[in-house]
Amino acid sequence: MHTRYTWWTFAREGVLIVVGLLFLVPLVGLVNVSLKPQDSQTSALSFAWPPTLDNYTTAWREAHLGPALGNSFLITLVSVALIVVIAALAAYPLARVTRAWSRWTFYGIIGGLLIPGQLAMLPLYATMRDLGLLGTLWSVILINVGQQLPFSVFLYTMFLRELPLDYEEAALLDGAGPLRSFLTVVFPLLRPVTGTVVILNAVGIWNEFFLPLLYLGGSDNTTAPVAIYGFVSQFVSLWPLIFAGLVISVIPILVVYFALQKYIIKGFAGGLKG
Amino acid sequence: MPVVATELSRAPATTPVGEGGTGKRKRVGVRAPWWFLVPAVGMYLFIVVVPSLNGAFYSFTDWNGLGEGWSLVGLDNFTAVFTDRGARAALVNTVVLAAVIVVFQNVVGLLLALGVNSMVKSRYVLRVIYFAPVVLTPLVAGYVWSFLLSPNGAVNGFLNGVGLDFLARDWLGDPSTALYAIAVEIVWQFSGYSMVIYLAGLQSIPAEVLEAATIDGAGPWQRFRRVVLPLLNGAVVINVMLCLIGGLKQFDQVVAMTGGGPGTATETISTTIYKSAFNLGDFPFSIALAVVMTIVIAVCAGVQYRLTLRTK
Repeated sequence: MHTRYTWWTFAREGVLIVVGLLFLVPLVGLVNVSLKPQDSQTSALSFAWPPTLDNYTTAWREAHLGPALGNSFLITLVSVALIVVIAALAAYPLARVTRAWSRWTFYGIIGGLLIPGQLAMLPLYATMRDLGLLGTLWSVILINVGQQLPFSVFLYTMFLRELPLDYEEAALLDGAGPLRSFLTVVFPLLRPVTGTVVILNAVGIWNEFFLPLLYLGGSDNTTAPVAIYGFVSQFVSLWPLIFAGLVISVIPILVVYFALQKYIIKGFAGGLKG
Repeated sequence: MPVVATELSRAPATTPVGEGGTGKRKRVGVRAPWWFLVPAVGMYLFIVVVPSLNGAFYSFTDWNGLGEGWSLVGLDNFTAVFTDRGARAALVNTVVLAAVIVVFQNVVGLLLALGVNSMVKSRYVLRVIYFAPVVLTPLVAGYVWSFLLSPNGAVNGFLNGVGLDFLARDWLGDPSTALYAIAVEIVWQFSGYSMVIYLAGLQSIPAEVLEAATIDGAGPWQRFRRVVLPLLNGAVVINVMLCLIGGLKQFDQVVAMTGGGPGTATETISTTIYKSAFNLGDFPFSIALAVVMTIVIAVCAGVQYRLTLRTK
């Protein structure tokens, strides 16, 4: 439509940049306040000068952020890996087999999208307790995998249904069994949708608060958001110190975001077109 | 995406499988064994289906989470939920919050998408900035906003600075504004998500369609109303569904910004379920409220589905 840069475009650009700056205010305030003396109560936008990094060393120590970030990383990595393998494998018969059992299994799994985790919360909590998994990373990993499967299976199945059969047939003619032809031929062809599944699940699981609070709160195995929660309740209103902790906890995800923004935005947009 | 591949394939191979489902069309010997489903179905049953069914069942009992003992109590737990002021407030708050989010996140998201889907030079940078809050940990974003919205925070500082002092207030401490203040944070955080979905929709509209409308004499507003908006229907459906389900489950930001207060002004269904189970130890109440939540979500999703069918 608008193929030329007109005065109208210029005005529009101005408005959009102002909105962009407004969007950045909370992020700038976050970093700015973290550089002020620990008990400063000045506004988020009055510049921190001279800046101090003292809050960072204190926050790192007091909030136990090192181990917490490690746990967040482990939980995210293992959960996402399991989700990819299990969901992709399940999507294959769901997309390729036309029988009733395949169709109904698909509907049954998709139905899980409408069930809030809260319904299963207490029975599952009792089960995890009986299995002795409370306070372990496995409780959170297993629940992540189970809860994220419906959406991931849905994405994989929709993608597979659009994928032609030729390659699989060729692999079959070459004498490959179903598992080998899936792993060597089909799975590599799923790369675009695997990207989406990895991005959506990794961001969601890394940022998750409710589940790790429930299963890891009060244990030595907290994740970054749970550690932050405890840290904030401990140092109420020492905002510069709190904000230093917040910055440390979000640095990994923000670094990954700005490094891979093109793929991440595409992943979020692509996952929901179906 | 598999566009290239489609060109190579023969007709029977591209027929979407699973539609119609008569199974009569001859497959050319692809084997997709059922046991590929075992890990997924097993995990899904273990984590979602069985505990959810248990939860639904226990809502009619006095099961307290400890030991195996329970006895049926009929609808007592539901009576308790619906006569409890806190739970009723939480139900209303949650629906109001979800409704506000659905409206504003979609309007802001669509405006941002229309803005960056133009010849504006900074469009790529702006897109990255608008989307950045989406990846931020919701709990952390909630803490940042609780500082900005505090009595001496940046929001009041700005209002005082531009001579609107009479608007300045304790946004999160005032029961009449606290819920909406949380909604502002959520809209700020997730409008970028709606934006990228709308943007994908906008970019799939062929330029010729818009040119044809212009040649027929349609102005910018008419083009938007009569051509662009109908073609964005799919993106609207997805966005509304996402905001709705996300809004009805709201927990993290509430914990970070108000903890449910002042009073019960910002309690949501999720915070009440959590507190009644783990702060008060009232498992039957918590579990009955979870059943109510499931029904609310199913009804909202159903209503939305019917509404979209009608607009088609």
